Amino acid sequence: MSRLTPQNEAIALEIISRYPRKKSALIPLLHLAQEQDGYVSDDAMRHLAELVEVTPAEVIGTCSFYEMFKREPVGTYLVNICTNIACQLLGAEELLHHAEHALGIKAGNTTSDGLFTIEDVECIAACTEAPCLTVNYRYFYKVDGGDFDAIVEDLRSGRQPTRKAAETGPDGHIPPHGTLALQRQHIPADRVAGNADPDSAPAPAWLEQP
Amino acid sequence: MSDTTDTPPKTTVSVQINGHAIEAQPGELVIEAAERAGVHIPRFCYHPRMRPVGMCRMCLVDIDAGGRGAMLQPSCMVPVSEGMVVDTESERTRKAQDGVLEFLLINHPLDCPVCDKGGECPLQDNTIAFGPGESRFVEEKRHYEKPIPISDLVFLDRERCILCDRCTRFAKEVAGDPLIHFQGRGARTEVNTFPDEPFSSYFSGNTVQICPVGALTSSSYRFKARPWDLTEVESTCTGCSVGCSVTLQSSRNRLLRSMGVDNDAVNWGWLCDRGRFGVEAVNSEARLSEPSVGGRPARWADALRKAAELIADAVRASGPIGVGVIGGARLTNESAYAWAKLAKSVIGTDNVDAQLGDGLPAQFVLGLPRATIAEACAPKGTIVLLGTDPKETLGVLFLRLRHAVVESGATLVEVGHGAGGMSKLAKHRFWSSPGGSLVDAARQALAVLPAGQPVTVVLGRSSVTEDPAVLAEAAMVFAEAGARFLPALSRGNVMGALDMGLAPGLLPGRVELEAGRSFFTSAWGSVPSGPGVDTAAMLQAAADGKLAVLVLLGANPLDDFPDRALVQRAFDRAAVIAVDTFANPSVATATVVLPAAAHGEVDGTTTNIEGRILPLHQGVTPPGTARPDWIIATELATRLGADLGFESAAQIWDEIEAVASSHAGLDRAVLDATRDGTIAAGLGGGARPAVVGMPTASPASQVPLDEASLRLVVRRKMYDGATGTANSTSLAGLPGDNDVRLHPLDFQGLSIQEGDLVTVVSDWGSISLPAFADPGVVRGTVTVLANVRGATVNHLLSSSNPVTDVRLEVSR
Ligand code: SF4
Ligand code: SF4
Ligand code: FES
Ligand code: FES
Repeated sequence: MSRLTPQNEAIALEIISRYPRKKSALIPLLHLAQEQDGYVSDDAMRHLAELVEVTPAEVIGTCSFYEMFKREPVGTYLVNICTNIACQLLGAEELLHHAEHALGIKAGNTTSDGLFTIEDVECIAACTEAPCLTVNYRYFYKVDGGDFDAIVEDLRSGRQPTRKAAETGPDGHIPPHGTLALQRQHIPADRVAGNADPDSAPAPAWLEQP
Repeated sequence: MSDTTDTPPKTTVSVQINGHAIEAQPGELVIEAAERAGVHIPRFCYHPRMRPVGMCRMCLVDIDAGGRGAMLQPSCMVPVSEGMVVDTESERTRKAQDGVLEFLLINHPLDCPVCDKGGECPLQDNTIAFGPGESRFVEEKRHYEKPIPISDLVFLDRERCILCDRCTRFAKEVAGDPLIHFQGRGARTEVNTFPDEPFSSYFSGNTVQICPVGALTSSSYRFKARPWDLTEVESTCTGCSVGCSVTLQSSRNRLLRSMGVDNDAVNWGWLCDRGRFGVEAVNSEARLSEPSVGGRPARWADALRKAAELIADAVRASGPIGVGVIGGARLTNESAYAWAKLAKSVIGTDNVDAQLGDGLPAQFVLGLPRATIAEACAPKGTIVLLGTDPKETLGVLFLRLRHAVVESGATLVEVGHGAGGMSKLAKHRFWSSPGGSLVDAARQALAVLPAGQPVTVVLGRSSVTEDPAVLAEAAMVFAEAGARFLPALSRGNVMGALDMGLAPGLLPGRVELEAGRSFFTSAWGSVPSGPGVDTAAMLQAAADGKLAVLVLLGANPLDDFPDRALVQRAFDRAAVIAVDTFANPSVATATVVLPAAAHGEVDGTTTNIEGRILPLHQGVTPPGTARPDWIIATELATRLGADLGFESAAQIWDEIEAVASSHAGLDRAVLDATRDGTIAAGLGGGARPAVVGMPTASPASQVPLDEASLRLVVRRKMYDGATGTANSTSLAGLPGDNDVRLHPLDFQGLSIQEGDLVTVVSDWGSISLPAFADPGVVRGTVTVLANVRGATVNHLLSSSNPVTDVRLEVSR
């Protein structure tokens, strides 16, 4: 429940400087806020509104359009279990059922220790590896109940999962929810893509008002 | 085709709509062209005063623009093209309308029996005219908490919302207050505010009016009436001097709501909330409904006799100048004329002033070349705000100016004493402190104005602590460069009152006393023997015992005049006759109180800042025995042994048309011929006296800043202690508290925290207020608000001083 920290505010200003219009930076800034707190708090949205000079209502309008921005706290590990057709045919309903029992929560909820949130999601585009799930958007393929228990057990005891997620680094590290990438991009001023002010650029012919 | 033919190039676009050939304007949308051709295409999201978005699909019609043949296209998004064939009645169109409505109704609660919009609802109407007989949807509809307040004035029922984007577009595009926004997505999309940040726009009521369903309702009108129970009259808002066109709707003799009417010249259908909800004051329990004498209820006959006696005694004792008349901006033109005639002809005093020391000299304002709102808002024109903040004082003018800047490429230049509601839109800002430097600021502004563009100056009194002579000199900088003016004197019909002669040295028709002496002597029988004085001088004369009777025409000098102590002294010595709708503090001191009929209770006309004459109509009857101001004037005249010579507002208008130079030719037939109102721009001529001419520049005195103190700036807010606001149930809670604001660097010097109490001390008084740093305040000045709760600023002021310097004392 907080505004951006001074360090993150500095990052925010750097991000904003890459865009010709401040408000264009809103989505990366929402990610930054989510990285800081694990979700996008109301205070953070107010802060972003100040930074990009729009109203908080406009920030929440953008933020709420995207499922992946959480406006309530979620677990450190957000487990998305796909129950769409390919996964379903190969046991996703059972997997979800198992997961709900193993963690003692219904999909959409968070364990009382704040570690896990389960979500029942639509196709996550890994149908060839069904049934599958993601933990903080890191993929685990062909998962059964036993695999699920092992992943949970590892994460709970602070180890990175023995069963490596598909595209994590060699140590299989899964950062807490909200972290998009482990490396933050810094673009030197001279390499910023041509961010000319669109207001001073000639309008494209198809936009010309008659 | 060769372009060397002799026929002039075609400037219209030929299209066929339902088999009829019509000529449309280039760029015109199909939905507009069809409308002009008498073909109504159903719509929800399209609104002629906002950009089209193609959101609801209700306006799908068959359009064949050549090439790909006829197909369904949203007529609110497609501009006409040469040879286009439109069919709004095809089988395909019908099926599309049917389908769109069935979809829109899927999640609609269909609670019409308990919905305020029922009976005037586009969704109902379109469903009956174009919709399916029944729905195939049997599943559960989405549910939300039934109406939630999104502001003090507006409720939102998300179940009824059809997501047309009208309210949200209005908030962003028109008002510039994007405090409501679509949230979520897909089937769960809803309109809402940010948590705990209400839709507190000065213009929020417009969203209620334009919502095509019952999703947005106003707290004041909810469950009050059914449209078919309402009677309505077309009228004009007199909440300020913009003069927005309205219909006043009432039921069982109670005024229930005011709705904006699209007047192309003035308000484009919009109203500000102060105007829209201010009409509730008419129904207030606090209205004056019976006359009183010495604080006791009296019969009209006795009250009028007493008033006439007071006036006659004063005239006997010190001549006509023993009587002064203050106020009149609340009055209709007809009532203002009647009072001007009573004062200037029957009584014979020229001590008459519709302004309360917080305006600008009447002759000066009337002499400036006037612009219309449309001229001010011309595409690519230049608008100079000189000492005025239209957002706080002239709401809908702000919307028009904002549109000119944001949508039509007008350049805005701001000259004043600090930031206002339009500063962010201004290309150049020239801020200065009171005391004369505004004239330099005006010169600097003139130097940056784009060359060769028409310039309109919106001229107001920047602060009651600035010498009006400084504003006049600054205005002349632009006037001499050929600018035209919109006077931002904001009280209701102040411009009409000045036109009718409720100002010292003026007679009806923008004519100076001497210029009109012979004409009006024959028209009226007599005119004052010499020029009178303004409100400040009248109050001073009363305090000195030289003026025995003060007539207050809807004026509350105790709260509004910038020198409370002087008003107090004047009221202590002079007898006060108050003609008013409410018992304000000044009325409470009156010997005789005569209750007047209010806006909505009288017929007549009003005049806006452009000099446009707009109609007023009676919707309800006045409370008790309150009567129109002009009747009070004629009754008083009778008791003073004279006959004003008219028996109805219409007759007064005829007389105005006959004698007022500026109103020559504007007979009732001319006025009735247009709904947009008619500009009074007569220049005299014939036997009529000439109207006041262009003023000449004269240097105002400079009062340099004094290092040891801070110069006071008094600003106005939309919601203050004004009668209409305080007595409207909806608005009464909206005025904020007063505070004192300083430039951050000046604030630092105080070594206090934001919000700490400081005492503002002038030579005449002191008040304690919380202090805040504000980068919009000019260095070396402090700003406070006029006439709001917390502390009345006019304790600090003396009308004998052009500027007010203060010290801030920090209590530790
Ligand atoms: S609340 Fe009304 S105006 Fe706003 S989007 Fe919904 S239906 Fe349209
Ligand atoms: S701008 Fe003035 S005239 Fe128009 S609605 Fe507001 S108060 Fe009434
Ligand atoms: S159905 Fe599960 S990933 Fe596509
Ligand atoms: S009116 Fe055209 S899409 Fe709504």
